Amino acid sequence: MFGKLGLDSIPLDEPIPIAASAIVALAILSLLGWVWKRGYFPYLWREWITSVDHKRIGVMYCVLAAVMLLRGFSDALLMRSQQAIAYGNPGYLPPDHYDQVFTAHGVIMIFFVAMPFMIGLMNFAVPLQLGIRDVAFPTLNSVSFWLTASGALLVNVSLVIGEFAKTGWVVYPPLSELRFSPGVGVDYYLWALQISGVGTLLSGVNLVTTILKMRAPGMGYTRMPMFCWTSLATNLLIVAAFPILTATLAMLTLDRYLGFHFFTNELGGNQMMFVNLIWAWGHPEVYILILPAFGIFSEVVSTFSGKPLFGYRSMIVATMAICLLAFMVWLHHFFTMGAGADVNGFFGIATMIIAVPTGVKVFNWIFTMFGGRIRYTSMMLWSVGFIVTFVIGGMTGVLLAVPPADFVLHNSLFLVAHFHNIVIPGVLFGAFAGLTYWWPKAFGFTLDEKWGKRSFWFWLTGFYVAFMPLYVLGLMGMTRRLGHYNVAGWQPWLIAAGVGALLIACGIACQIVMFVVSIRNRAALVDESGDPWDGRTLEWATTSPPPIFNFAALPDVRGEEAYWGLKSAAREEQRLSDLPDYVAIEMPKNSPTGVVSAFFATAMGFALIWHIWWLVILGFVGAWATFVVFAWRDETEYEIAADEVERRDRLRREGKAALLGVPDGATT
Amino acid sequence: MSDRQHGEDLDDQNAPGEEGGRESIAAGVRTYVIGLVLAGLLTAASFAAAGSNLIYGPAIPVALIALAVAQMGVHLVFFLHVTTGPDNTNNVLALAFGVLIVALVLVGSLWIMGHLHHNLMPMAEMMQRQR
Repeated sequence: MFGKLGLDSIPLDEPIPIAASAIVALAILSLLGWVWKRGYFPYLWREWITSVDHKRIGVMYCVLAAVMLLRGFSDALLMRSQQAIAYGNPGYLPPDHYDQVFTAHGVIMIFFVAMPFMIGLMNFAVPLQLGIRDVAFPTLNSVSFWLTASGALLVNVSLVIGEFAKTGWVVYPPLSELRFSPGVGVDYYLWALQISGVGTLLSGVNLVTTILKMRAPGMGYTRMPMFCWTSLATNLLIVAAFPILTATLAMLTLDRYLGFHFFTNELGGNQMMFVNLIWAWGHPEVYILILPAFGIFSEVVSTFSGKPLFGYRSMIVATMAICLLAFMVWLHHFFTMGAGADVNGFFGIATMIIAVPTGVKVFNWIFTMFGGRIRYTSMMLWSVGFIVTFVIGGMTGVLLAVPPADFVLHNSLFLVAHFHNIVIPGVLFGAFAGLTYWWPKAFGFTLDEKWGKRSFWFWLTGFYVAFMPLYVLGLMGMTRRLGHYNVAGWQPWLIAAGVGALLIACGIACQIVMFVVSIRNRAALVDESGDPWDGRTLEWATTSPPPIFNFAALPDVRGEEAYWGLKSAAREEQRLSDLPDYVAIEMPKNSPTGVVSAFFATAMGFALIWHIWWLVILGFVGAWATFVVFAWRDETEYEIAADEVERRDRLRREGKAALLGVPDGATT
Repeated sequence: MSDRQHGEDLDDQNAPGEEGGRESIAAGVRTYVIGLVLAGLLTAASFAAAGSNLIYGPAIPVALIALAVAQMGVHLVFFLHVTTGPDNTNNVLALAFGVLIVALVLVGSLWIMGHLHHNLMPMAEMMQRQR
């Protein structure tokens, strides 16, 4: 009836996961109870859970990422504290648990923090920047989000019911095969990633279509904001790379479930093929994460330097070059597997070449700042902190691209330090900058700068204190993923790294305080003009928060930096543009399709993990039926009356008139 | 998302698979029927080539590859509506990008795995030596 699932699946004998999950369960239950008691549930259901509005979905992606960041970071604290004390003794984490912690840390940080953060920001900002009313397929967007949330849920369920993979975040066979990992850990990994992977792929299709097909009138390709370009490149990479991951994991699934021998040791299986395929996805994935952040930094640096982006066209070329080269470097993840000098030489050089467009970008940001009137807001601090730190990470990356050097450094903490040196400033600092930048657009008030800056300084110093020692340890010969060790010289460095992790914890605490303080002071921080940063792109042309239809009339784009052009014209002519003819707007109706199909997908995933076959069939049929019901509905849109559109737009014009100090042409 | 004004502005760019709303249903059906007939003919030709001695024996694999490529072409033109028309730039570019990525991954994997095969001892032999 319940497959492999039984009462003994809950690890009652391990105090740490049980205590942690009990606290989390209590927190979730009290939150749900509070929501229920205050009667917020209908509001949440109507306005958020079933919403197909790209702005709401974007915000929900970011909330998911923030919650999962806390989970992933607590894994990091566990690892740092374990390694700080485990010299000559086993430490406090049994190896079995420690292996799950480092696997979960990697999986969660990549798939459920970095990915949803970036997809969320793209979802929120891209349609606004393109001057349109929603993405190409709004309901599909909701499905994508809820499938991602399903995957995250399954990973967290593994904490209480069963176990998570103990194989590292890319589950190399043969360790991940049934013979060496007989438990459900790898199955949790496989199904969580397959389900959320479908969500990511659909989201990629959606955003590519949106950017290629749905720009505002006059918004040619070479007038799109930089963030839209990097989003286009990112989503092209998603569409091209994620099928490789799906296929690779499907083959491993066949090995584990149906006795196939793609990657086993015996009967002609070849584990090296898995390594090859997973990195053919894995390297583009790195650029999927970092390209949107490059876009955010471009917007932030240009806005707060008060100048157009330096070398806009070279930035486009660099972005698209990275998009293509990302598929030509994957072997540098396994130089030591035994390919010959020809292969290693080719991929080593290709890796060095991909650093060139990245360097172009760095110089473009520096030249954008050069001669500008820089406002050092917290967003600008994140950007400058990123440039400096990222260049160090990039240089260690080019060092690792030299095959002979990689033979010495591979699998050591030097590598761990290198990729954290890329991902933390690149992706996380970018996400934080983007979050602060677009927060007023989403909620109508800015975030508290004082706490934002404090958080930045803790994160920056914490990063250096935590990860520079890892470079040293790598050169001293310490390999990654060690649960305990007996080299006395390593311990001081590991204690220093632990202190760094605590500093980062202070940074996260500052961010939580920042949210609380900002929400409490929202009246003082209110953004009435819809343009709090003196922005240059179209998202600042509408109100904060924007109406559901974003723009009363689609903007007429006449050049690069569309909104800057509108503002300059208004200042020159001392009046706002003429009132447009307001017409009724049709918007897509909300739909529970996403959350219902994700509910069934979660049930199906859970059942597949535990071999509960009747529930697998039920989940599959349920998800399919949800889709059919959606496809059969007759009314897909509702209308917003022209009067209402006009009322909202007059409010917007008042804000703009006050901001620019010009009379509102409409009222006189 | 429906925005009529917007849709008109970009009327020359149709979503993949859309017929642009200008063609009649009969014309649409005709394309599919022609495609189906061609695809059927090519499939039958493949079976004929493999099952009879119409073609010089060692050349049969080459003939099958040629027929398969033609089959792909039929599918692209008649079912996926990839044409050389001016309104089809996005579709053609998407196809080119897809083909390029598949080629990169395939050629790269073959090259890498060939090297590994050449350089590394087969598993059975390694087991032998460890005894």
